[in-house]
Amino acid sequence: MVYWDHAASTPPYDEVIQTMAEVMKKHYGNPSSIHRMGEDAAKLIKRAREVCAASLGVKPSEIVWTSGATEGNNMAIKGAAMQYAGRGKHIVTTSIEHPSVYDSCLALERQGFEVTFLPVDGKGRVDPAEVASAVRKDTILVSVMHVNNETGAVQPLEEIGRAVKEANPLTVFHIDGVQGFGKLPVRLEAWRADLYTLSAHKIRGPKGTGILYKREGISLHPLLTGGKQESGMRAGTENIPGIVATAKAMRMASEQTETFMARVGALRDELMAWIRTQPCLELNSFEEGAPHIVNMSFPGMKGEVLLHSLEEHGALVSTKSACSSKTAEPSKVLLAMGRSADAASSAVRISMGLTNTHEELQQLIRALSDAVNRLQPLRQEGMN
Amino acid sequence: MKYDMLLLRFGELTLKGRNRNRFENTVLKHVKSVLRPFPAATIQKEYGRLYIVINGEDSESMIKELKKVFGLYSVSPVIVCPSELDAIVETSTSFLKQMPLKDGTTFKVSARRVWKKFPYSSHEMNHLVGAPLLQEFEQLKISMKDPELELRIEIRETGTYIFCEVIPAAGGFPRGSNGKAMLLLSGGIDSPVAGYSAMRRGLEVEAVHFYSYPFTSRKAKEKVMELAKVLSGYSGRIKIHLVPFTEIQTSFTTVGQDNLIITLMRRSMLRIATMLAEREGALAIVTGDSLGQVASQTLPSMNVIGRATELPLLRPLVTMDKNEIMDIAKQIGTYDLSILPYEDCCTLFVPKSPTTNPNLHVVERIEASLENLPTMLEDAVRRTESVVLTPRSVIETDRDEETIQEDWF
Repeated sequence: MVYWDHAASTPPYDEVIQTMAEVMKKHYGNPSSIHRMGEDAAKLIKRAREVCAASLGVKPSEIVWTSGATEGNNMAIKGAAMQYAGRGKHIVTTSIEHPSVYDSCLALERQGFEVTFLPVDGKGRVDPAEVASAVRKDTILVSVMHVNNETGAVQPLEEIGRAVKEANPLTVFHIDGVQGFGKLPVRLEAWRADLYTLSAHKIRGPKGTGILYKREGISLHPLLTGGKQESGMRAGTENIPGIVATAKAMRMASEQTETFMARVGALRDELMAWIRTQPCLELNSFEEGAPHIVNMSFPGMKGEVLLHSLEEHGALVSTKSACSSKTAEPSKVLLAMGRSADAASSAVRISMGLTNTHEELQQLIRALSDAVNRLQPLRQEGMN
Repeated sequence: MKYDMLLLRFGELTLKGRNRNRFENTVLKHVKSVLRPFPAATIQKEYGRLYIVINGEDSESMIKELKKVFGLYSVSPVIVCPSELDAIVETSTSFLKQMPLKDGTTFKVSARRVWKKFPYSSHEMNHLVGAPLLQEFEQLKISMKDPELELRIEIRETGTYIFCEVIPAAGGFPRGSNGKAMLLLSGGIDSPVAGYSAMRRGLEVEAVHFYSYPFTSRKAKEKVMELAKVLSGYSGRIKIHLVPFTEIQTSFTTVGQDNLIITLMRRSMLRIATMLAEREGALAIVTGDSLGQVASQTLPSMNVIGRATELPLLRPLVTMDKNEIMDIAKQIGTYDLSILPYEDCCTLFVPKSPTTNPNLHVVERIEASLENLPTMLEDAVRRTESVVLTPRSVIETDRDEETIQEDWF
């Protein structure tokens, strides 16, 4: 089996697994205990915070531990909305966000907030000018993802950040950075990010852990109350092995960003070049996108069919995002890009990482070629 | 702007006659050690000043380190150009373009012809450079007396030095040039500032800290070592003596004079510090006392406590207000550590109403009644642990192994 689903989750680094195991075995003390085992655990958290902060070029005090991106995005969006509701009740986001952002915004809508969902162009990008005109006096939050999880489209964050802050300097700017870290340069200062979400298992770290960067000066209403962990921002005993392993994964992933862009980018280019030679396949990813995600449609054929057919050839891929792939609806992201319902229902996502080789890519192309030839006669016109 | 050199000025020690050479060499040695991370930079010594040739090193981080060198009064970044009139005017113009000029900024040129063969005198140069600058920068207003901006031009045979910024440095006396003292270092805000002030005045300082396990935690001790480590950034290294104080402290709780406990403790601390001073060859004791700040720092308390030692007691903060002390603590980087909430031995067993006016006879009678006290003091000195800290030390006390395995991260 070859794993082509790195946007869903990634194979952890061996070093991460070793760190997890060693820390879990040795440092089971509660970091809030005041005896030495507690102190030791607290020291590990402190060091991990420094390492994570260094990978992002921010201050250690600006890192908040989370259980992953879903919590990070919820904490950012609901936390900012609750905290700053006194300033206004308007939120701006895009129509292609991850469900953890999208549904958090919908939940706030039900509580009386007003949400503007910005459209994207044919390549899946938001126009900064649209952001500028959407932000109002009462806009408290703008949330835009760095890299789209289904198509790999990269948002012009620097221009968007400038547009947000010029339109309203008090508006909090949140970036869902889950698919971008370790794949593309991250420049929080240039983007004027106030909040930035990461998940460890997308960067070869463990599941169930992640971070939220919270710029100094920004306050969030806590989602979880109880103990005074994370300065009262997030109650709950810290996940020490997960936290230390997150720091390890962040350090390794950020150090490997350039290698990733070069090596994985070359695999992606080759795959995209092959797809362009296939008249029955349509690309939903573009040159200027992230180096690791290729999304394509096989109109007339449900994405799941191609997926299972590739699985028979030993290649594991996804339809849409893992978080919504079990629903039968067409991809919201592709519809937002102006694709037909047919194209949006027949999409398959191939996402890669540094563990994939050139030989594996050749196998994948053979498998795709075989599957497409076999399935082509069975396509249904106007499937939807 | 890319600078070529840094000009470092010595402070008041240029006034100190025969000692000047020794002082200057001490500063030179200190500067050299501070510049070790910048291997391309070279140092030239001149009367009353030092020049550092930057040679492509990062001048900003260099200045940051140089500002910690005691005995240096100020730093000026310098641009060097050929000793020719046109080049000097041109370089001066581009120099001023980088400066934040407001309308009506007062200004003058001060030229100094060190190389007497240069065709124009210092006075002539002031006009020859000043006139085109005034034309180019309309905001400038000439003023001979107290100008906001003084462009200095030093003409030498090998090149002309142009500078105008004067960045204040630490000042004071060169490191260790005034002898050695023991510093009573608690975990609070004041004592590190007192230590810094003493070091700035050219004292080599050895820190003495009293701890009382299990009434104080290991974290309190580590915090004090972290504070000492910050101080070592100003001297390169610092020795810290960690004195076990539990037995002495608890023995005072048995005498039934709770309001005198602090007085008794402070006297014993001074006695131990004096014994350590003798051993280490120190001639004074530095404390963070500030007059009237707490009960043990009233004048009557200082009188009774101070009599426990014959060494001079130096109290650099004695007339300072708390907020002045806090400002210095923030500036020297000890404040954030000082406010960490760990108990130190002075906050334990604090009586409800400590005396502000202790009676020396009563205090002496109590001490005499504690037969074991001299033995306990000697024992504490014997069990004192001494550690040398540098800015790169990793603080981990009483551990068999290090908690943090760097390869986990």
